[in-house]
Order: sequence, then structure tokens, then C-alpha cells
Amino acid sequence: MKKLITGLVLLGVVATAVAQKDDSSNDALLSNGGIESLRGKAQLSETRESDKMKRVLKDREVVERNYVHQPPVIPHQIRGYKVDLNSNKCLSCHGWKYAKEVGATKVSPTHFETRDGMTLSDISPRRYFCSQCHVPQVDAKPLVKNEFRAVESLSHK
Amino acid sequence: MNQSRRDFIKANAIAATAAAAGVAIPASASNLITDSDKSKIKWDKAPCRFCGTGCSVLVGSQNGKVVATQGDPDAEVNKGLNCIKGYFLSKIMYGKDRLTQPLLRMKDGKFHKEGDFQPVSWDMAFDVMADKFKSALKAKGPTSVGMFGSGQWTVMEGYAAVKLMKAGFRSNNIDPNARHCMASAVGAFMRTFGIDEPMGCYDDLEQADSFVLWGSNMAEMHPILWSRLTDRRLGHSHVRVHVLSTYKHRSFELADNGMIFTPNTDLAIANYIANYIIQNDAVDWGFVKKHTHFKQVTTDIGYGLRPEHELQKAAKNADSGKILDVTFEEYKKQVAEYTLEKTVEISGVPAKNLEEMAKMYADPKTKVMSLWTMGMNQHTRGVWMNSLVYNIHLLTGKISKPGSGPFSLTGQPSACGTAREVGTFSHRLPADMVVKKKKHRDYAEKIWKLPEGTIPAKPGYHAVLQNRMLKDGKLNAYWVMCNNNVQAAPNLNEETLPGYRNPENFVVVSDPYPTVTCQAGDLILPTAMWVEKEGCYGNAERRTQHWFQQVKAPGEAKSDLWQLMEFSKRFKIEDVWDEALLAKAPHLRGKTMYDVLYRNGNVDAYPIEEAKELNDDAHDCGFYVQKGLFEEYAAFGRDHGHDLAPYEMYHTARGLRWPVVNGVETKWRYKEGSDPYVGKGKDFEFYGKPDGKALIISAPYEAPPEAPDSEYDMWLCTGRVLEHWHSGSMTQRVPELYRAFPDAVVFMHPDDAKKRNLRRGDEVMVESRRGEMKSRIETRGRNRPPVGLVFVPWFDARQLINKITLDATDPLSKQTDYKKCAIKVRKV
Repeated sequence: MKKLITGLVLLGVVATAVAQKDDSSNDALLSNGGIESLRGKAQLSETRESDKMKRVLKDREVVERNYVHQPPVIPHQIRGYKVDLNSNKCLSCHGWKYAKEVGATKVSPTHFETRDGMTLSDISPRRYFCSQCHVPQVDAKPLVKNEFRAVESLSHK
Repeated sequence: MNQSRRDFIKANAIAATAAAAGVAIPASASNLITDSDKSKIKWDKAPCRFCGTGCSVLVGSQNGKVVATQGDPDAEVNKGLNCIKGYFLSKIMYGKDRLTQPLLRMKDGKFHKEGDFQPVSWDMAFDVMADKFKSALKAKGPTSVGMFGSGQWTVMEGYAAVKLMKAGFRSNNIDPNARHCMASAVGAFMRTFGIDEPMGCYDDLEQADSFVLWGSNMAEMHPILWSRLTDRRLGHSHVRVHVLSTYKHRSFELADNGMIFTPNTDLAIANYIANYIIQNDAVDWGFVKKHTHFKQVTTDIGYGLRPEHELQKAAKNADSGKILDVTFEEYKKQVAEYTLEKTVEISGVPAKNLEEMAKMYADPKTKVMSLWTMGMNQHTRGVWMNSLVYNIHLLTGKISKPGSGPFSLTGQPSACGTAREVGTFSHRLPADMVVKKKKHRDYAEKIWKLPEGTIPAKPGYHAVLQNRMLKDGKLNAYWVMCNNNVQAAPNLNEETLPGYRNPENFVVVSDPYPTVTCQAGDLILPTAMWVEKEGCYGNAERRTQHWFQQVKAPGEAKSDLWQLMEFSKRFKIEDVWDEALLAKAPHLRGKTMYDVLYRNGNVDAYPIEEAKELNDDAHDCGFYVQKGLFEEYAAFGRDHGHDLAPYEMYHTARGLRWPVVNGVETKWRYKEGSDPYVGKGKDFEFYGKPDGKALIISAPYEAPPEAPDSEYDMWLCTGRVLEHWHSGSMTQRVPELYRAFPDAVVFMHPDDAKKRNLRRGDEVMVESRRGEMKSRIETRGRNRPPVGLVFVPWFDARQLINKITLDATDPLSKQTDYKKCAIKVRKV
């Protein structure tokens, strides 16, 4: 903030030629013009308080999808889940072998297909990193309301 | 059709009873939509709105709104896959705060720099705007007007903007946000090969034996290419993945050889590999002798800071891009300095890991693909660093071959198409031409049917310089379009904000949403986005992809193209050209800028009947404007190594990789047999250079502009996260993406946290010499920095990390270094 004021004081020098500027008009000049961005109304020069770290929702029911090919979000925490060259923690529940036993959603059949559309006997390596498409959700209200509407047959209100 | 659980059970019960009784039931009581019209969705293709990968998506619309998106199974790039952002494209246009009418800062019914935003008509918006542009032109001439554009503009929009600025206003002060992301790559392509953009293509991903990530977190930033790379690695046991970075990130999950290096020391590592190749007699002499020259850079070139900055004054050869001839023996001596021991010491990478990578590059039997993005481009020696990687591939002849080659990944969806190929940079023209060369200006003027001397010869203000010139009061009428530069540009407090809010300046911001850039502007123009218009993007593998308009924009929102062209109608050519130029083209007197630039017989050559019924831009013009602009633009590159196919072909194909000659795309350039431009019997030909030879350009390690000291004791690296695109103005408005990564955090090593008495979730103040920001500490999760470095994502408008970043650039490419500066972190 201090730097900014210095910057504007310099500017003020330029502007003095036109009109004498006082502190309050500096504020008016810097103002966001009364509109809100994702920052809310906070001025750009302000050092905004940071938002509290949000909690990841755990162990909820399956979250409904908005359209047929939307990857389902993860309705549980995944802290510490390892997915690397050697192992994939997600598949130890969601793989077809174990899903029923542990009550997890089975990986979709689309995930067995190669780039060329051939169905493999196991998950296709191109789908190996689950979090490229599937993400957990924190407990928070959306920043901005989204007015997307799903088709009637998939509307859940 | 909102149904409670109770209604639902009831309806089902009725259906079951009715079926048993054999009677027909009304549709509303059925649980299947039996009227096929009601379940019909209109599907059409479009490239994804986000990164440079260029996935194709299928967009489903119903009743004028997008209702679904899915990966396009017919697209070579992604074969039906999308990443999490791509899967949620259907929601990006529907944030509740979409801008639907122009907003002007006003007091007492008139524009006032200190006023609050109020809705105005397009007419009034353009009146005020034209007035401001005209007074700037009158007072200080063409260098006082400018534009900051985008690698997310469609090709046609970028092209229309270049014409408007360079030929209409006769100002080269137009630069894209791609300056922040790809300029260093462009610089090195031009120096090394004489033509921009990669020689290979994504097909290399299925054929390489080894991959090296030089400062790229593909797992998060190019997820679909990462899935292709993963497919290759996990499906073929001999394949190896090497990952270099200044901190541990998700791409390390697949790494066979993960390496953390001290910031800036990639310069030393690349030189070590070249040294290893020479010392172990692994140079492909057949290739090197026939197809390369050896050169060296001019050293001590400064850091692209303001000229009065101490570091600039201290530099012996500030900004010098001069390259000098050297012999192989001299080159050998220069890289010989980078022994294994010395490189281990500088970089902090263990000897074993470095050797493993060097050995792989040196093995003639291993096909290797080197990949990089911002780690190498946002680098104060970015052009040098790009060249150093090319050196490795040229020394070993591992280039332009299936599965083997250096591949510069692009950040934005049309950084290649619109920013680079169209030439929306302050020094460029379409098809790699530059304003400095008379021959190139003549060529452009001829295609544009404009008098000789229309385009100014002096390059304009580049991205970082634009903000400095706004602050200094030299750039006064300024249009920001299709980007969020107040959140992106470095050093917000000292340069950007004083520049935008300088009372001498008038700043126009075109955007679909109210961004922080809008908040710093004077006039906001509501903008149509993505499939609300017809357009075309060019991705990282030279693939040009088109899409049709699929839905209408909300309210009075209009496309960037419409805005550019409509604004040009507000100027008579006499308002923008001087008498000397007018005298050369008396037939243009009295015409509007619109007539001169866009009704020139080229742009308006195709009748409206050829356009789709839903194409608002074309119907507003009365001709097929997108096709006209594209075809005029394509004239620059045809027969010049940048050939594009006829417009219609792109509406059926899932994109085509240029040069497209006789309807056939090119996968590997410079190689005989796969590139039609290579002469018979040449084997390889780097035809961007007059003698067909590429340059091996030697460059040393030099220190970064700012490094941690006793007060500012940590490195800061910034970047993106998977779930958010750039500044988050689209993705933060998608609830699922927001909830996946809601706020930026400071990723820190647990030991560093402990030392500062910090625990996960604690609020901290992050400070540099330029500004401060509050955030929260994260000691686990996807990014694991080493002791002494923190990583902070830049998507979060609520935090604004660019108050802290340093506005040092590569002195050659003018690209900002967002990857390293010195900061301190303390508990609040």
C-alpha cells in the first residue's frame, strides 16, 4: 500500500498542473467505481483479509451430475491418497474387483477404452490419474451464483 | 419439472397401475420422456476455451442455452477426453454477474475519472471512447493510443485488431497477454530456426522412449497431453519420464527421475548435458555438419527493468540480442565449464540423476521428447534457455523425427494461432513478419490494399512497457480486451494501478465478467464469449480449429470482433492518417476507418448467404466477416511455409496442422518426406534460415535479478492449478471448480512453516519489496516445495499475488519472470 501511495503521489505531481489533488481525491481516483469483482467490493489497493481455509466434505451421498458426461465429483476426502507409478489408491475401492465389497461407485466402462476405442481388460492407462477429472468439494457457498440449467430430465432441485 | 420424492413415487405408482390396466397415461405422469423432441440436444464441435492443448469438445444446446459438454471422440488431440475444466465448460457462460450492458464511470451524467460505473448505451460508450482516442491522437500522435489483447482472441479478432491498430491508428502499441507466456519461446524459435512454433506434433507422445519436462507441470496445466504421456509410460515398460522443477508437483507422480533444482540453474543443467554429449562422443556429426552453425550469445544483458534501475545500469550489454560466430572447438570449451561436479554444486541436483538424464539424451537409440512451458519461458534468460534445449537436440540430431524432438507447449488456446501466427505483438505482422523490415511492411500493405508507408516501422510498447508508459502518461487511450491484466501483470502497486488510474489516461476494458481489470478501468464493454460467436483458435501443435456460433450472448453483450469493427466506424480516415499518407491514396479520402480496413474487397468478399443463420457478427456486417478476415489473413502465409486450408475445410475437420499443402497437413516440419517445403535430397532443411541451417547457440549461466537475502529470505514461484484457468474469471464462477480449489494458498515446506511458528491454515502476510498479500499456509497437498521456496497460485482475485511479483523480463523477449523473486512470509 505504501508503494502505491508513493506511486500516486508521483502521479499527483503530474496532475497538479491541472488541479490541486488532495488525499480524498486520490482515494476516489483509485476506487473500483462501485462494482464488484470476485474480490467483492474490496479496493484493489487494499490488502484483503484472507478467507478461512475450507473443509473438504467427507462421506456424503453421491452428488448428482448436471449432464450425462460430467465426471462425478468425489463425495469424500482424499487426503493422503497416493496415485503414482507404483499404485493407485482410488482403484483399490473403485476398481470393479472391489467396488461392490466396499460399497463404492464402479469406474465407468468408458475408462477401459484405449485412444482407438478398443476395450481393455483393465482401466486404460490414459485414465490412470483420477484427479485430472474427479475432484473433491469443500463445504462452501459458490462465490457467484451460476445460472446454468441442466436439461429437464437431469434437473435436481 | 421439479418433483419432490413424494410426487415421484406417486407418479411411478400411477404409471405402474395404468400399465397393468392397459390404459394410456398422460406424458407428465410417465417417467420417460416419450416425446423425442423434448430430449433432443443440438450438438456441435468447438475447441476448448482454456489451455493451449486444444482439445475438441462437443457442445450440447437446447432452447438457446448450453446444457451439456463432453469430450469429442473424433478429435485426434483428446479422443473423447477432457480435463475437469473442459468437462465444466457448459457452465462458464452462466455466472450470474455476466455483464450485459456498457458501464461508464460518471459524475453528473458525464464521464468522470473519479465517478462510479453507470450503465450507458453502446452509442454513448463509443462516443466517449472515440472522443478520448481522438484527443490523444491529436495531442500526442499514434504512440499515445494502444491495446492489450489476447492469446484467447479468435484468429479473426486478433487479425482485425492488428489491422485496426497498425494500419488504422498507425500505432504498433498492440501486444497480447501471450507476451507474458510465450514470448521467450517465440524469440528462441526465430533465432534458432527462423520460423516460429514446434517442428513436431502431439503424435510424438505415442512414439517417444523418454520424456523430459523442463519446467512444466503438465499433469495440471496440460492434463490431456499428460494423459497421452501417461498412456505411453504405463503401457510401455521401457519408457522413462524425467521431471525437472524448482518444487515437487503432480507431474512427479509419474517421474522415474525427478529433479529439484535451485531457481535459474536450469541454464547450467542444459549446458552440462551438451558437455556430456561432447565428452562422450555422442555428437551426431553427420547431422551437425550438414544442418547447423555454432554461435554464441552476447552476455550480461540486464533484466528488462526500467532503464534507471540499478541492475539495468550495471549491465554491460543491456538488451543486446546480438549473436556471434564461434567454432565448434570454442563452443566445446564454453560448455566444458559445466562439469558434473560444478553443475551439482550450482543446481543442487544429485549427480546420479543428472547423469541418468544426460546418458539418455546421448544414447542414439533413445527417442526423446523435451517439453516445457512457463518454467522456461517466464525466465529472465528464457530465450537463452529455450536455445540451450534446442542445442541438445541439434547436437544429437534428435529433431523433426517421430517420437524425437523439442516441444514448446503453449499456455493459451490461441497463443499460437492468434498471438503468434497473426502477429498481435508490438513488433510483429502476420506469418512471422516484423514491422522493422520494409519488405514485410510492403507485403502487408499490399494485401491490405493500403498505401506504402501506412505501417510504422518502429516496434510499439510491449506488455510490461505498456503499463510503464500508462504510468508515465505517454500512453493515454488504451483498450484492454480478452484478458485480465490487472491481475496478471507484475508489480501491480508500482506500475499497473498507478498507470490505469492516471488521470491523464482513459482505459477501456472488454470482458464478459466484472474482473479486477474492469474495476481499474474507466469504461467496461460487455462481451460475448466462446460459442456465443463464430471463431477459430490455433493450438500448440500448429492445429487450426474452427467453431460455429451456437447460442446468443446475453443482453447487449457483443463479441470482440463486433466491438473492434463497430468502433472503427467512428473515425474518418482523416482523423487517423496524416496528409502525407492520404495524398498517396486520394481514393480513400472521406471514407471511414471501417471502410478502409474491412470493406476493402477482401474482408467483405463473401456474401452473407454463406454464413450460418446464427452468426450475429456476420449478420451485423451484412457479409461473412469471419471468412473474409480469415481468407485475407491466410494470404500472408500461403506459399510461405504457413499455408492454411480453405475456410470451409476447418468446419468439417477436427482441425488441421499447418502448413496445409494441397489439403494435406504437416506433422513433422523440416524433414524430407513429411514436410513438403523440404527440398529433394536434403534430408533435413531448416528453411526459416537462408541457408537452411539451424543455429546451436551457446549461452552461459547468469545470476537471477533477485534472490533471497537476509530480509526477504525465500523464493516465490507462481503458477496455475488444474481447476482454474488463468485469473479464474471463468472457472471461479463454476461452483464445482470453485469448491475444488476455492482460495489460493501458500504452499510451504513443513520445516519452513515450523521455523515461522506456522501451522497449516494459519493466516500469513507475504511480502516483497513491491507489495504484500494475505493468504493461508498449506504444508501438504499437491505441491511440495523444498526448504526456502514457496509456491502461490495466481488465480485468486481476492489475494492478488501480482502485488508481489517482480517486473523483470527477459531482455530479449520482454517476457516477465513470474517464477522467481525474493519474499518473506510472516504470521499475521
